[in-house]
Parts: sequence; C-alpha cells; structure tokens
Amino acid sequence: MTLSDGSRSQDIKDGIRDVLPILPAIFPFGGVFGALAVEQGLSSGEVFLASMTIFAGASQYAMLDLMGQNVPAWSIVLAVFAVNFRHVLYSASLARKLAQFKPWQRWVGMFLLVDPQFATADTRAATHGLRPAYFFASGLLLYSNWLFSNAVGAQFGALLENPADYGLDFILPIYFAGLVMGFHKRPRFLPILLISTAVSLVTYHTIGSPWHISIGGVAGLILAAILSKPPVARVDG
Amino acid sequence: MDNSVGLILACAAATYLTRIGGYAILSRFGRLHHRVAAALDAVPTAVLTALVAPSLLTKGPAEATAIIVSGLVALRSSVTHGVAVGLIVLIGLRLLLA
Repeated sequence: MTLSDGSRSQDIKDGIRDVLPILPAIFPFGGVFGALAVEQGLSSGEVFLASMTIFAGASQYAMLDLMGQNVPAWSIVLAVFAVNFRHVLYSASLARKLAQFKPWQRWVGMFLLVDPQFATADTRAATHGLRPAYFFASGLLLYSNWLFSNAVGAQFGALLENPADYGLDFILPIYFAGLVMGFHKRPRFLPILLISTAVSLVTYHTIGSPWHISIGGVAGLILAAILSKPPVARVDG
Repeated sequence: MDNSVGLILACAAATYLTRIGGYAILSRFGRLHHRVAAALDAVPTAVLTALVAPSLLTKGPAEATAIIVSGLVALRSSVTHGVAVGLIVLIGLRLLLA
C-alpha cells in the first residue's frame, strides 16, 4: 500500500468533518421516529433493533405507519423495499469507486449507504479518491447519530411534540436541496435536474409515493445516457 | 405486536438487499459502455432531485421558497449555509404567512 498512516488519519478527520454539520439536521428526524414508535406500542428494544438493522429513516417511518394499519406483513416489507429502491442505484454508482476496499469492507460498507453517506462518498471519490477510512468514519458517525437520536426520541418524545415550531419537520428536504447543488459541476447537471424534477412530480401525482423517487431518478439516468458522447478516441503518434 | 421483531428483521433484510444489490450487479462487469457510465454518474443528481421534488409543490409557499433559497445558497456557498439560511427563511415565512 502506498498510503501512509498520515493519510488514513486525515481520511478519518475529513470523513467526520464532512458529515458533522448535517447531524443536527438528521437528529430531529431520528428523534421523532423514536417518539412515534414508542407511541405506537413498540418497545424501546424494538425501536433500537429497527434503527440498528434497517438504518433508513424514510422507510422506517413507512414501516411504522403501516404497522399501525391492518395490512399483511409482506406488504410492509414490500413498501420498505420500494422506499429504499434508490439505494440500488447508489450502490451501483459507487461500485466503480471501491477499488481500495477489501471485499468485507464492501459488503459491510454498503450497509451504511444512506443518502448523505452516498452523497459525501461520491463527492470524495471525485475529489480525492474514496478510501475505507473516510467511508467508515463518515458512515459510522451517521449511524451512531441515528441510533442516538432514536434513543433520545424514544425516552424523551414529549420534548419533540411540535417540531414544526422550529422548522425541523422540513429540514431534510432543505438539506437535500443543498446536497443536489453540490453536484452542479457534473456533466449535464441542469437537464438532469429538470427532467428528474418533472418526472418525479408527475409520478407523485399519478402513481404516487414512493415511486416518484425511483422513476424520477431513472428518468434522469436515461437522459444522461442519451446525452452521453463516446469518449474521444486518442490519437497516438 | 408479537411479530414485530420478525417484521423488523425482514424489513432490514429488504433494505440491505437494495444497498448491496447495485454493487453486486455492477461488480460483475468490467469496462462499462460510456452511456451506462454516464447514467451512473448522474445518480446523485437525478435521485436526490427526484426525492426532494414533491416538497416543492405539496407543502406551501414558505416551504417551496425555503427549498429554492437553500439550493441557491448551497450553489454559491456550502450545503451547511444553505440549510441555515433555508431554515431561517422557512421559520420567518411561516410566521409571516400564518
């Protein structure tokens, strides 16, 4: 390995630095999940198990919502799969950037692939190359923040009763809007942004949630593929 | 809720399947066609955009404005600043429009 120990500790520092500012944005989202889950009759052990093994906020909300209704278990699992389907695209996109990961680091690392983890890892891969130390530092920080916020919510749910008072109910969409802009230097950013917005909105109002995420996303991918030009053949000699 | 634990673990398995799935498929291919590579490069922009788009229209003017302001500030400065300014705009407009 050509990497010195110094670059590893730098990777860890950078990984922490890059996700630290967003922890306060995610915390209320996790806290409210813990509070709602307990309110719905889950034990704190079950809340913890869900966050520890699923680690996907939006789908945990979907699961909770459906558990309160009288629907068959398989349909709950299917809903979770549908909400999380975007992760297939994340891990496919990131697959090309894991050259410095050992096999077990790939299989364990992909478990941590939440939205902000994907966005920061993908950005890191483009600027510095993606190394395991960076990936696991940011991923484990997001993971522990998620578990901690759920535990706090499950214990002290009442404190979070009116998250709308502080705009906390809407902090994640605001954060995601900023994340998107971080990719504005990528090729064909604007056309992809416009088509994904349009198709997502149409899908949301026709087929319905959560399909707007996957279908709107795939529309952007198809446009990117159509607009892509073959790499310029190199003229040798 | 006797079956909660089993249900939670099934949901966890479904989630991990989505997170390992794309990697498991892509890692079987060597060089990718440039169109496939372009599509994969577009994943963060396309998917995150599709995720957030309905928030523009389904909530209200305060929320829509906050999303746009956050995006514009993030474009000029950083995501953190975008979130901070977006939140201030959101809280301010909610108070004004309430």
